[in-house]
Amino acid sequence: MRDLPLSETGPQPTIEAQGLRIERKGRILLDVPYLAVDGPGPTLIMGPNGAGKSLLLRCLHGLIVPDSGQVRQGNAPLKAAGRAKQAMVFQTPVLLRRSVAANLDYVLKRQRLSRADRHARIAALLEEGGLAGKARQSARSLSGGEGQRLAILRALATEPGVLFLDEPTSALDPAATQDIEAMILRAARRGTRIVMITHDIGQARRLGHDILLMHGGCVAEHGLAHDFFDAPQSQAGRRFLAGALVL
Amino acid sequence: MSLILHGDAELWAIVLLSLQVSMMAVLIAALIGMPLGAALAVARFRGRQLLIILLNALMGLPPVVVGLLVYLTLSRSGPLGVLELLYTPTAMIVAQVVLVTPIVAALTRQTIETLDAEYAEQLRSFGVSRLASVPTLLWDGRIALATALLAGFGRAIAEVGAVIIVGGNINHVTRVMTTTIALETSKGNLALALALGVILIGMAISVTGAVSLLSLRQENETMRHA
Repeated sequence: MRDLPLSETGPQPTIEAQGLRIERKGRILLDVPYLAVDGPGPTLIMGPNGAGKSLLLRCLHGLIVPDSGQVRQGNAPLKAAGRAKQAMVFQTPVLLRRSVAANLDYVLKRQRLSRADRHARIAALLEEGGLAGKARQSARSLSGGEGQRLAILRALATEPGVLFLDEPTSALDPAATQDIEAMILRAARRGTRIVMITHDIGQARRLGHDILLMHGGCVAEHGLAHDFFDAPQSQAGRRFLAGALVL
Repeated sequence: MSLILHGDAELWAIVLLSLQVSMMAVLIAALIGMPLGAALAVARFRGRQLLIILLNALMGLPPVVVGLLVYLTLSRSGPLGVLELLYTPTAMIVAQVVLVTPIVAALTRQTIETLDAEYAEQLRSFGVSRLASVPTLLWDGRIALATALLAGFGRAIAEVGAVIIVGGNINHVTRVMTTTIALETSKGNLALALALGVILIGMAISVTGAVSLLSLRQENETMRHA
């Protein structure tokens, strides 16, 4: 594993993991001695199914507490205050059984914003996500692409420093995928750190600044995207790109 | 038939009392059963599985036995005898609360647990604690919970065994539809019994219809989403 110092550190909070380990029934599911996500990003996590991508993402977000090890954000251990500056979007959007606007209001209310501020934020967010006409519609009646756009808007509503995404476009058609990618890039430009899992090599090329390849619960390779796609350093990386089954 | 159509005052008083008793019982059962069921859905503790099995089993409590137990509690020599509630509508409400609360709690537990399986990670990501997620889950499960309440009401309004024991079927005081049907049938006054029977069936169909409509609406929303 090559852990390179990534150039041009952006304004986003850095995330560091130390000695992350998760073991179930004698099998090691995650084993990451050290990992720093500190470049400008977006950071794209790739790897075969069962490589530990989702587990790693959930550990970094604090959804799963590892058996051992620690996650640090901006040089402080990840606690509730730090987690409040993070957000996550899941593969299947979890939309509350309420209207589109109420889904956004739910997270804004937790920020103790005034009613007027919340209304203004909601209007701006709906505009950003192309859902302006659908504020009052039931969120559960949105199409797959619209639903995922709403999930991303809701995640961005609190202006998080870090946004985790777990295969947000794997169930979407190319047009919907394009919309989502554009939203993610806009968020990245506004200074949100993007850490995203994808199975789509084309998507990783389009979005990724650095690529993190997981294999068997370990980080097989972490490097700049163009380096990784030109000449992967690890055997797992070479086989992954060659389209071979990485076992 | 003419009894219903011509609006016999005595008949409507009986129908009204039935509705009052059962609605009150369902309201109280909802206040107890919903938080209880929701807490059981999100909490994790030893013996939880046992408690869930027990709760599900209590859904099938025989009304007559519930009536007997409430009778013993409220009777002169019982622990709550001083309240002198036996043979009052309040006693009937108490008995129906005992019958309906497990139904509401068990159905709530089921609904909230299913919803929680979908929501838990996202709510945790929002920074909502397990306990604080209960109001969110209750609100978002509102359609299924309304169904649970209707199921409880259906059970309460159609039940005869418990209310006849603790209410005593006293004319103009504790006489409800089911107890009247039982009494009038034994007296041979089939006209009144049948009229009440028709109204009761009508209510049962309305409640079941409302339950189906609500479930259908929910299913449609889920389908459109998928």
